[in-house]
Amino acid sequence: DIKDVGHKYYLELELEDVLDKDSTVNCTAEVLYHLGNKNIAPDVQFTLEGELKSTEEADHVFYTRIRSLEKELVAENIPDSHGHVPPELEPLHLLAWVASGYLVWQNSTENTQLQLAQIKHVKQVKRSDEYLQFDYVVLLHEMVSQEIIPWEMTVLWHPRDGVQVTWNSRQPGHTSG
Amino acid sequence: QFSTGGSARPAIWVDTGIHSREWVTQATGIWTANKIAEEYGQDPSVTAILDSMDIFLEIVTNPDGFAYTHSSNRLWRKTRSLNAGSRCVGVDPNRNWDAGFGGAGSSSDPCSDTYHGPFPHSEREVKAIVDFIRGHGNVKSVISIHSYSQMLLFPYGYTVAPSPDHQEMNELAKKAVSDLAAVYGTKYTFGSIADTIYMAGGTTVDWAYDHGVKYSFTLELRDTGRHGFLLPSSQILPTATETWPALLDIMVHALEHPY
Repeated sequence: DIKDVGHKYYLELELEDVLDKDSTVNCTAEVLYHLGNKNIAPDVQFTLEGELKSTEEADHVFYTRIRSLEKELVAENIPDSHGHVPPELEPLHLLAWVASGYLVWQNSTENTQLQLAQIKHVKQVKRSDEYLQFDYVVLLHEMVSQEIIPWEMTVLWHPRDGVQVTWNSRQPGHTSG
Repeated sequence: QFSTGGSARPAIWVDTGIHSREWVTQATGIWTANKIAEEYGQDPSVTAILDSMDIFLEIVTNPDGFAYTHSSNRLWRKTRSLNAGSRCVGVDPNRNWDAGFGGAGSSSDPCSDTYHGPFPHSEREVKAIVDFIRGHGNVKSVISIHSYSQMLLFPYGYTVAPSPDHQEMNELAKKAVSDLAAVYGTKYTFGSIADTIYMAGGTTVDWAYDHGVKYSFTLELRDTGRHGFLLPSSQILPTATETWPALLDIMVHALEHPY
């Protein structure tokens, strides 16, 4: 408890590679939730104790594949109702997951627990520069309120630069129907 | 109803699918039904239980919601009842029970996913169970199955005050969670609802407990958020298989500790 500032949490984490359960990296982090204004994202500092695996080859394969598509990629409901993701859409799923992490970070308080529930819709937007652009509509699940929150986001990616969320917009209620 | 006879025997109530989007629970319910039938006469514990007690298992506890998750919205949670004066549909059936009704962790907004409803037991899905348990008069355990979070929870959700049986429930939960983990290593946390997950007024197990059903537990099955409600169907069998020893622990405890 930091007087007049907020609440700081000290974390020791073990990061597990989603694609290789035996590959783990330890991490320490400090998270500061600010007092008062709930519209400021928590401050996060972290230190990785080790190295993350290189994904250069897989990145290159994905990048080349998407760049060479004639028609812009469009997909819905990832995963589907039964939790399945077609293998060729898995990178798009992983990309959404990372990008949603940014949304979660920017919108978290000590009283929320946000998770990506599903990609409702994704559309590739071809660009004249070297970046891949995907416009997503994702559904976030907030555990405490149990709400499903639709959220639009524009995600740019390049093997060299990684993920950027260049635009995002929370959408009105999912449960009105 | 699983019964080997008798009349008004002490009973165990299990429900799955009260929140329709929690698809691993209805599936686990079906597997468990088969398991109970299979193990009678084979497994000593199941046999002992069914020789003295009845088991009631409601699998699709929220049928309208479940149908809606197939036809229209995979992530629908509530019932599908119409709310007077609102364009929003449905009541959270796990906030609609008459125990701490309208309290913290439930909403008075019909558009909310934790809307408690206009009054306790307004939902026919809930009223049916209330009437059944009241009418039966000899239910000794209620186990309400949800997903996700990997938790084994007991009263109270409507208050942070520990229940009179907190110690015993906690010990039983500890054992059940340990036996569950022994199957595939799946880690569960456990404790009272208010301590472990969040404050929630109007829940199934709080009502059951306050109406004399001591061994009232809520299970939150796999996973912890990676897939959430969209758990891959390949995880149904492992989930049901590992949950079984935990269910059995609770049922055996109810059998061996009559009250």
